[in-house]
Amino acid sequence: MIGGLGFTSLLRWPEAFANGKAARLRAAAVSAAAAAPEVTLPSGRDLRLDLFRGIALWLIFLDHIPENVVNWFTIRNYGFSDATEIFIFISGYTAAFVYGRAMRERGFIVSSARILRRAWQIYVAHIFLFTIFMAEIAYVAATFDNPLYAEEMNILGFLKQPDVTIYQALLLKFKPVNMDVLPLYIVLLLLFPPMLFVLLRQPALALIGSAIVYLLALHYDINIPAYPNGVWFFNPFAWQLLFVFGAWCAIGGAQRLGAFLRSPIVLAIAIAYLLFSLDVTLTWHFDSLSFLVPNWLGELIYPIDKTNLDVLRFAHFLALAAITVRFVPYDWPGLKWPILQPAIRCGQHSLEIFCLGVFLAFAGQFIISQWSGGPLVQAAISLAGILIMIATATLISWYKTMEGRTQQKRAQTAEGALAGGET
Amino acid sequence: MKFIIALLAALALANGGAAAAEECAVPPSLIDSDNALTRVAQQIKQQRRLDISVIGTGSSTLPGPDGAQFAYPARLEAALKQQLPGTAVKVTAHVASRQTTAQMVAALQNILADDKPALVIWQAGTFDALSGVEPDTFSANLATGVAAINAASADVVLLDMQYSPHTAAVLDVTAYADVMRWVAQEHGALLFDRLAIMRHWSEEGVFDLYAATKKYDMARKVHDCIGRALAFQIVNAARLTP
Repeated sequence: MIGGLGFTSLLRWPEAFANGKAARLRAAAVSAAAAAPEVTLPSGRDLRLDLFRGIALWLIFLDHIPENVVNWFTIRNYGFSDATEIFIFISGYTAAFVYGRAMRERGFIVSSARILRRAWQIYVAHIFLFTIFMAEIAYVAATFDNPLYAEEMNILGFLKQPDVTIYQALLLKFKPVNMDVLPLYIVLLLLFPPMLFVLLRQPALALIGSAIVYLLALHYDINIPAYPNGVWFFNPFAWQLLFVFGAWCAIGGAQRLGAFLRSPIVLAIAIAYLLFSLDVTLTWHFDSLSFLVPNWLGELIYPIDKTNLDVLRFAHFLALAAITVRFVPYDWPGLKWPILQPAIRCGQHSLEIFCLGVFLAFAGQFIISQWSGGPLVQAAISLAGILIMIATATLISWYKTMEGRTQQKRAQTAEGALAGGET
Repeated sequence: MKFIIALLAALALANGGAAAAEECAVPPSLIDSDNALTRVAQQIKQQRRLDISVIGTGSSTLPGPDGAQFAYPARLEAALKQQLPGTAVKVTAHVASRQTTAQMVAALQNILADDKPALVIWQAGTFDALSGVEPDTFSANLATGVAAINAASADVVLLDMQYSPHTAAVLDVTAYADVMRWVAQEHGALLFDRLAIMRHWSEEGVFDLYAATKKYDMARKVHDCIGRALAFQIVNAARLTP
C-alpha cells in the first residue's frame, strides 16, 4: 500500500557492498584511489544500523498502543531514553552515509535535491497517516458518548472545525498524539543540506555548531508553534543534535571515537549510568521504591524533558550506544542469524515500516477499545502487528529486488545512466 | 446482640449498600498515604470538625443541574460523615470547567481565606493537557499552588486525571500525571492516583469504561467509588488511630 505510493528505500547499496569482507576490500581500493578526501566515508552496509533501527521501529509501535501489557518490555521503562533516540540517531547516520557520498560525487545541488525529495516523501506519508487518524477519531467521536468523560471529550472538538484543523495539519502544526516523529524528521532533512556541506569539510565545526543550536534552543525556549496551542512535541532545534551526531559518526566520527569507546573506564561509566537510570525509572513504576530518588536528586534531574531532548536522555542513549558498539562489532556473526533477519529487514525499509507501525498502533488501539481487550488480546495484537511489519518489509524487499533487476537491464543498455545509485 | 445487628443493618442502609463499596474496592497499594495529613488530624482532634475544599475542573463534577450532588466531592462528604461520627465534616467544592492550573492558582487565595480548610483536594491536569499547557509550566504552577496552600496551614491531596481509554489516542496525559506524582512527593503532599485506580477498575472489570452511554448510572457509581476511596485515603493518612 505504502510502497505503491512510490517511496524509495532510504538505503540502497549496490549488492556487492552488502557482504562484509568484499565491501571492506573494495572500500580500501576506493579510498586509495580517491584523491585524499577531507573525511572518509565508510563503504560497507552496516547491518547493525538496520538491526537496531528495525528493533526501534517495533518498540515505537508497541509504545504507541497506550494500554498494552507488552509495553512493559520496551526500553523506555528501564532508562531515560527510548526508541525515538535510536531511530533519530540511526536516521542521521544513514542520511550522512547516503547523501554524503552523493554530495561528494555529484555535488551540492544534486544531493540537496535528493534530500529535499526525501523530505517531500515523508511529508506525503505524514498526511496519509493523518487521514487515517482523522477517520478513526471521527468514528470514535460519532459513536462514543459518556457523561463521565464530558471534560475529556472536549479534545474531539477539533472535528467541529475541519477547515482549520486540516489546514493546520497540512502546515504540520496540528499533530495528533503519536504523529510527532515524521514532522521532526521532515524539518531535520530540510536543514540537512547545509549541515552536510559543513560536515564533509569541517566535521568538528559542524558538531559544535549543532551543539550551540541545541543550547540556544534550550536557553531561549526556541521551538516551532503547534496548533491549537503549545509547541512541537519533539523540538527540532534540540533533536537535531542527535541527528547531526549520528551523521558525524557516519562520516568518520565513529572511527575517531573508537579508542575512546574501547576504554574500560568509558565502559564502567556507561554501565554505572545505565544502572542509575534504571534505578530512577523503577521509582516511576513502583511507589514503594520512591526512597531511591531523594528530594535533592529529584530537584536536580526532574523534569526529564523529552521535548527538548533532555541531556540525561542524550547521555543515556550515548551510554547504550557505547555498550552496544563494544559488544556488537561490525562483523558480529549474530547479524547473519536467521532469527535477526526480520528486524534487519524492517530496519532496511524504515519509512514504510514506521508509517505502517503508526497505522497498526491506531488500529490495534481501536480494536482494544472497541472490544475491551484484556492482556491476552493486547499481547495478540502486539504480536500480530510485528508480524505484519515483518511481512510488509519482506514484500517491499521483494519488490525492490524485482525492480532492481529491471533497472540493471536498463542500466546496461543505457550505459550506466543510473550510476551513483538512488537513495 | 439484637441491638448490634440492627445498628449494623442501619449502617449498611446508610451506606447505600455496603456491597457497592466492596465492588469497587481499591488495593491499598494504590492508595498513597506515605505522608501524614497532620492538619486534618489536628482539626478533627481539637475542634471535632473537618473542613475540606475541593478545587477542580470538569471531571470533578457531572453534567446536568444535579450533577454536583452525585459527584465525588459530595460523595466524599457523605463517606467521611459515616467514617468520622462526631466530627462535623464540610466539603466545599470550587469546581468550574475549562480552568487551567494557573487560573486555579489565581483563585486560590480567596478560597483559602473563605473556607479556612484543613485540607485542600486539588484536581488538576486534564484541562492543562487539553489546552496544551507545557508539563514544565504545569509543574511550576502546581508547585506554587501547593506551597500557597501549605502556607495557609492546610494539607494537600493532589488528584490526577481520569482514566479515559477512548480519548487516550488524542490526549496523552501521562506526562501530566508524572508531574503530579513528583510535585506531591516533593512537597510532602498526597497523591490520589485516580488514573491508576480507574485503570485498575477497568482491568478488573468493575466498570466498563469503554462503554458508550448517555445514562448517568455508571458515571455516578464511579464518582461514588472515588469519593469512598478518597475518604479511606484521608482517614488513613490522618493516622487517627494511634
